[in-house]
Amino acid sequence: MQSFDLGKEGLRALNSSLHALKGQTNMTDWEVINPKGAHAIAAGVDAPVDITVRGSTGYYCAGMNKQATIRIKGSAGPGVAENMMSGTVIVDGDASQYAGATGRGGLLVIKGNAASRCGISMKGIDIVVHGNIGHMSCFMAQSGNIVVLGDAGDALGDSLYEARLFVRGSVKSLGADCIEKEMRDEHYAILEDLLRRGEADHKAKPEEFRRYGSARKLYNFNIDNAAAY
Amino acid sequence: MSDFPHTPPRYSATFTPAINAEIRRAAASGIYDIRGGGTKRHLPHFDDLLFLGASISRYPLEGYREKCATDVWLGTRFAKKPIHLDIPVTIAGMSFGALSGPAKEALGRGASEAGTSTTTGDGGMTEEERGHSKTLVYQYLPSRYGMNPDDLRRADAIEVVVGQGAKPGGGGMLLGQKISDRVAMMRNLPKGIDQRSACRHPDWTGPDDLEIKIHEIREITDWEKPIYVKVGGARPYYDTALAVKAGADVVVLDGMQGGTAATQDVFIEHVGMPILACIPQAVKALQDLGMHRKVQLIVSGGIRTGADVAKAMALGADAVAIGTAALVALGDNDPNLEAEYQKLQTTADAYDDWHEGKDPAGITTQDPELFKRFDPVLGGRRLKNYLKVMTLEAQTIARACGKNHLHNLEPEDLCSLTIEAAAMAGVPLAGTSWIPGRNGGF
Repeated sequence: MQSFDLGKEGLRALNSSLHALKGQTNMTDWEVINPKGAHAIAAGVDAPVDITVRGSTGYYCAGMNKQATIRIKGSAGPGVAENMMSGTVIVDGDASQYAGATGRGGLLVIKGNAASRCGISMKGIDIVVHGNIGHMSCFMAQSGNIVVLGDAGDALGDSLYEARLFVRGSVKSLGADCIEKEMRDEHYAILEDLLRRGEADHKAKPEEFRRYGSARKLYNFNIDNAAAY
Repeated sequence: MSDFPHTPPRYSATFTPAINAEIRRAAASGIYDIRGGGTKRHLPHFDDLLFLGASISRYPLEGYREKCATDVWLGTRFAKKPIHLDIPVTIAGMSFGALSGPAKEALGRGASEAGTSTTTGDGGMTEEERGHSKTLVYQYLPSRYGMNPDDLRRADAIEVVVGQGAKPGGGGMLLGQKISDRVAMMRNLPKGIDQRSACRHPDWTGPDDLEIKIHEIREITDWEKPIYVKVGGARPYYDTALAVKAGADVVVLDGMQGGTAATQDVFIEHVGMPILACIPQAVKALQDLGMHRKVQLIVSGGIRTGADVAKAMALGADAVAIGTAALVALGDNDPNLEAEYQKLQTTADAYDDWHEGKDPAGITTQDPELFKRFDPVLGGRRLKNYLKVMTLEAQTIARACGKNHLHNLEPEDLCSLTIEAAAMAGVPLAGTSWIPGRNGGF
C-alpha cells in the first residue's frame, strides 16, 4: 500500500502522484492520512485504484473521479464526488451540501446523512444515502438514480428531468413538477442492485421505497404553468 | 362636422406603436418575447469617444514601417502554461446547440488563422471546434452540460462563467426546436424540451466558494491552464475584485451589448450596464489591488471595429472578445438572404430569432438542411479577414497616438463627445479638461 501523509507532503504532491497513475499500474492501493479537511483531495483521478482517506475531507473530495474507488473514513465537505464520471466513492460519515452534484456516472454511497442539494443537476450518477437528505435535493436532476433510506427535506426534485428518486422515509415536500410515480418491476430491480452495491441491503428492502419523478409539465413552456416556475 | 382643422393624430411617447404591438403580442401569445443578440437600445458606447492623435507634444509612429505590436499573454498569474495570442481580439463563448457544428468549425478556423482563441459555450466541447482551434477556451458553466475532466485537460484555458452581459443574473435558454438528437445527448436532456439552465452554479455560492472551486479545477488540471472568470456587466468593480481574490488569472467582463442565443427581451434590454461604463470600474479594481496587467482583463459587448478594440484597450483592457460581430462576419444577417428573412417576417440586419433554429444563413441552427448552406472553410476565411482588418485598424490608431504596442494606448489618448460617455469612460469632454463625477468617485 502507498501511504501518503497529506499533512507533510501536501495536496499538490498527492494529486500529482495520483494523476500520474495510468492504465495497468501496480500501485493500486493508496492510503491518505492526516487529511485535516483539505479541499480537492483525490480530485481528477483517472485510474482503477483504491484510495482510502483516513479522516474528514473539505470541499470537492474525489471531484470528477474516473475509475477509482475512493473511501472516506470520516465525513465529507461540500461537493464530494462532484461531476463524477465513473468509479465509486464511499463516505463513511455524513456529507455536506451538493454531494454528487452534476455526477455523470459511477456510484456515490453516503453512510450517514447528506445535507441540502444532494444530487443537484445529476446527469447519470447513482447515489445511495443511508440516512436523510436535505432540502432542494435533486434540483434539476437530469438522469441517474438516488436511493434514500431515510427522509427527504423540502422541495425534493424541483424542476426534475428524468432522474429516478427512491425514498424510503418521508418527503417533507415535493418541488415543482416532481410527483410520486408507480413502482414497477424494473424499479425494484434497480433498487435491489443499488442497495447491494451501496452496502445497504442489510438495512432496507426494495419494497419499502416510493418512487418520485418528473411530471414533465414544465418541459415546454405554457403560460398556464407560470406559477410553478 | 366642424370646419376647423383637425388636430393630427399624435402618438404617445410612452405607448409607442412598438410598445403597443408588444402588449398585443403578449396578450395573444401568453409568453414573453424571446430573442437572440444583445440590447438594441441606444447606449453610450465607443462611438462617443475619439482619439487625440499625435501633434507637437508627442510624435506618431510611421504607418506600416514602425512596429506596433499586437500580441497578448493571458494567464500569467498562476498558470504553468499561459496563452500567447498574436492579436488581442478573441472569440467569445457561443454554444454548440446555439450554433451549428459547421459554424463552430468556422470560428475555429478563422480564429486560428488570425492567431487568436475561440471559446466553447453552454453545451460542451465539440470535435469541430477543438479540432480546428489552435487555442480553445473551455467554459465551465452552471449547467455543466458536457463537462468532463478529459475536455478540461485538452482545453488551453478554462473560463468559469458567472454571468454574461446580455443577462447578468440569468441562466441559459435553448428552446426545443434546437434540442436535436446530438444536442440532447451532449446535454443529457430529453430531445425537444425547452432547456432552461440554472443561473447559479450547483456546487458553489459566493466568492469564498469560488476560490475553492478554482483551486479544485487547478488541481484537476495540474495547475497548467489559465483560469478565466467571466462576469456580466452589473457591478464590475466588486465582481472584478472578487474574481481576483478568488484566484482568477483573467477576468472577462461582458457589457449589456453582448449577445445571447436566446433570452427574454425584457432581460436583454433592462438588466446590466453598457461596456463603456464597466471597463473603467474593472480597471480601477485591478489597479487598487495592484493587479492591473497581472490579472488580464478581456472585455466584450458591442466590439465591432478596430477603433472599438483600440478604445477598449486605451481604457485599460488587455484584450477584447467578439460574438455577434463574428457571426456577422461568418454571414449572419446577410442582405443577400433578404427574401428568406422576409419569409420569417423579418429583415436582414434585424434578424434575431436565433432560438427558433430557422436561420437562413445556416449558422444559428441545428437543422441539417440549413447548415448545409454554410461553408465552414469560407466562413473561416471571412472571419480571419475580419479579425486581421480589426487588428490593422487598431494598429493604425495606436501608431497615430505614438504607441508601439496596443497595450500602450491609455485614457489620456481619448476624449469624449458627450457628457454621459465622459462620465462613464472617465475621459474629458472634448475641448475641456472636465471629467464629470471624477472628483466624486464612481
